[in-house]
Amino acid sequence: MFPPVPNPSTAPQSPKFGEQDLMRRSASNVTPPAQRQTEVAKLIDVSKCIGCKACQAACIEWNDTHPEIEENVGVFENPHDLTPDMFTLMRFTEWENPETNNLEWLIRKDGCMHCEDPGCLKACPAPGAIVQYSNGIVDFVHENCIGCGYCVKGCPFNIPRISQVDHTAYKCTLCSDRIAVGQGPACAKACPTQAIVYGTKEEMKKHAEGRITDLKSRGFANAGLYDPPGVGGTHVMYVLHHADKPEIYAGLPNNPTISPIVEAWKGMTKYAGLAVMGVAAVTGFLHYMVNGPNRVTEEDEEAAERLTGDRSS
Amino acid sequence: MSTNTESDAGKGNRVHAGKPVMVDRYTGGARINHWITAGSLVLLALSGLSLFHPRLFFLSALFGGGQLVRAIHPWIGVVLFFSFLGLFLRFWKLNLWKREDGTWLARVRDVLTAHDERLPEIGKYNAGQKLVFWSMSVLIIVLITSGIVIWDEYFAAYTTIEQKRWAVLIHSIAAILAISVWITHVYAAIWVKGTIRGMVRGSVTGGWAWRYHRKWLRELVAKPPAEDEKRTAAE
Repeated sequence: MFPPVPNPSTAPQSPKFGEQDLMRRSASNVTPPAQRQTEVAKLIDVSKCIGCKACQAACIEWNDTHPEIEENVGVFENPHDLTPDMFTLMRFTEWENPETNNLEWLIRKDGCMHCEDPGCLKACPAPGAIVQYSNGIVDFVHENCIGCGYCVKGCPFNIPRISQVDHTAYKCTLCSDRIAVGQGPACAKACPTQAIVYGTKEEMKKHAEGRITDLKSRGFANAGLYDPPGVGGTHVMYVLHHADKPEIYAGLPNNPTISPIVEAWKGMTKYAGLAVMGVAAVTGFLHYMVNGPNRVTEEDEEAAERLTGDRSS
Repeated sequence: MSTNTESDAGKGNRVHAGKPVMVDRYTGGARINHWITAGSLVLLALSGLSLFHPRLFFLSALFGGGQLVRAIHPWIGVVLFFSFLGLFLRFWKLNLWKREDGTWLARVRDVLTAHDERLPEIGKYNAGQKLVFWSMSVLIIVLITSGIVIWDEYFAAYTTIEQKRWAVLIHSIAAILAISVWITHVYAAIWVKGTIRGMVRGSVTGGWAWRYHRKWLRELVAKPPAEDEKRTAAE
């Protein structure tokens, strides 16, 4: 049992982090704070999840979103995918374990992983539309968002969704507004089995260790923590009973990284592109300086007059 | 227009004797078509660059902010595509590669040092202009195709994220090349005096035609005047 975050006092309090704690700000430079805040994390233990969707309900309620009512097509996912109004989604997989021939019902709560090296932020062209706080939270700032969808291309987890209503990108905020005043994320608060717990990243890793030992003792030899190093680790982590094959959990990427295509686009291309255009312009200028204009001479005009004169005569 | 077998010299192009000789090079339609293309290309470059590099994001203010850039840029692209298609249909035949183009290109040193007298006689377009024409044609097809893939407002559902990643990379590289070709095109027009008037007023002097496009001038002069008038009446 992990001690839940105690209920805060109802007295108003000032936020625990803000602008001064930005480590990264999209399409702009910030000086990172000299002292990093303690990194926070959410730990999702899929082995304890019962698929009740209380987390989804809490998320909808806290963020005051209104996901569209959809058709039942005979699957458990509801809605069928993450949407601009549904920041987290239980994904259900029926998996037959080839070793035991047992059917395992894998349930993974999908949503933003709050990467230490966020691909969305790297891809974002709008200054300040995506920010990363020194406690690890990656947040979208809607008044700066232009709705271009570059974050969708940058994200290794297919998380951001663009609203067709206000044309900005939405995803899990890790309840940054709750965490700022000492509360845990709404989903963690609502989870009846403590499959979702929240605390500092160190606490979460330690708690995960205990859970993994327990799972191993129950025969899940490959139980482990999902904290992918390819994106510098994440601030939402999973305890998986089959950590050797995360892809069986509704396509959780095995060793995700920011796509090399995105790296090429936001790295080399950005600088080489400006250089190529600059060289073209400077070459033209230098050519003009050295050679001067190319002018038609009097002789050319006379030659043309002779040529046309021949015809009219 | 492509059915005119004698149109190698260009539609509506005529020589007016006088001092100086004036040569019609571009019809009103061609000029309007060109300037719509030019205007949309400049707007596309400015709005596109604002999303390409953070240091250029300030350019989005010209369009009323990032949200508007995101919304408008693809539509300007559609305008450019159809406008350029018009130019393509007008000019493609005159831009087919000819034997003298190879010679011209091989003597590019003489081209750049303005030794035009050492170059072969050239039709309405020289090899440089043809390269601009064909590279722009290819780049605009690449840009509109990759652009539609990343036009999430309407087409987000039709491609995978991986395809969109490729599209956005290809789109930006093609745009850089197109802007570079455009810089070359504009520079050549500034460098060779008397050229811009051809696209603004539609006419160039006889000397200009003699110096840079002598074969074209000869074809226009050789064209029987009667045929000229017949075509004018028909048009």
